[in-house]
Amino acid sequence: MRLRRLQIGLWIAAIAAMIIFAGTRWAIQGEGVAETSPAFTPVFTLADEEGRIRTSAEFRGKFLLVFFGFTNCPDVCPTTLSDVAQVMDDLGADAEKVQSLFVSIDPERDRRLGLAAYTAAFHPAILGLAGTETETQAAADSFKIFYERENDAASPDAYSMAHSPGLFLIGPDGEWLRQFTYGTPAADILSDLQTRF
Amino acid sequence: MKQLFLAATLSLTASAAFACETVTVGDLSVAHGWSKVTIGAGRPGVFYVSISNAGATDDALVGISTPAAGMPMLHETVLKDGVASMPHAMSIPVPAGQSVQLSPGGYHGMLMGLTAALKEGDSFPVTLSFEKAGEVTVNVEVLSLRAEGPDCADAEQ
Repeated sequence: MRLRRLQIGLWIAAIAAMIIFAGTRWAIQGEGVAETSPAFTPVFTLADEEGRIRTSAEFRGKFLLVFFGFTNCPDVCPTTLSDVAQVMDDLGADAEKVQSLFVSIDPERDRRLGLAAYTAAFHPAILGLAGTETETQAAADSFKIFYERENDAASPDAYSMAHSPGLFLIGPDGEWLRQFTYGTPAADILSDLQTRF
Repeated sequence: MKQLFLAATLSLTASAAFACETVTVGDLSVAHGWSKVTIGAGRPGVFYVSISNAGATDDALVGISTPAAGMPMLHETVLKDGVASMPHAMSIPVPAGQSVQLSPGGYHGMLMGLTAALKEGDSFPVTLSFEKAGEVTVNVEVLSLRAEGPDCADAEQ
């Protein structure tokens, strides 16, 4: 009888362990969005530097290089946008097949600081988009990326933005193709693009 | 014309030398101080530098100050679970016998409250405060937005 109780106890423990293991696996898969997820078509409706509403649909026919960032970011964002600028230069005549987009995740402040001057400083071909909070969240959800405002007394205006720093490639049919993780050299992004034309 | 050319050559040499010069304090040597152009004065500038510790005692960079910015702070870009955040770094360890880089995608100085926009070719001093070695001032060169670091002859060393 005692042994039987022990057996039951062990079975319960084993089943519980399996459930926890499966749950963890499932959670990990849920986080690893960008690398392995099946094809999807991210969409957005966001105002550009002049306040005109731009939608994902109007860019069909072009490859899109999309970066979500904020202009008050001193390190990651300028590095990535410099890489994008380099790619746009190096594409030469093929540059017309690619539209690069900078989507602000801090739209209110970025509009105040000046979005057009910011993107133009990197490359005239980079289009800056800054929607409302709701539109921005919807675009981020559609791209399956994360961003969050973090209160930080040691930052300008006492907050900073945490965000997915990848550069996303969207195909001419609007389908998500891949992400280039932060730090991918411009030459690698260029050669990837050139295989797709 | 000749004088103008000479002046231009001298100023180029001077600006290249700023980022490439090494200054020492105790067992620490500090070199390759550089920054990037800012788009206006309302956005923070960045400060990158190399520090090496030839001594047998661990040290740490605990603060920076500069006349170029009202609120310079040390930060670290952290990539965790696919999300980049930029927490304030209270101190940056400089272990005995090792080198530490403040470089893109890692530790960096964030220069908030710039007194003026940083333009390519500008240079400004930054004073680094170390826990043990004390203070040392380096000249920081402002490079283009696309720069990946100063072009120094000893950069590989």
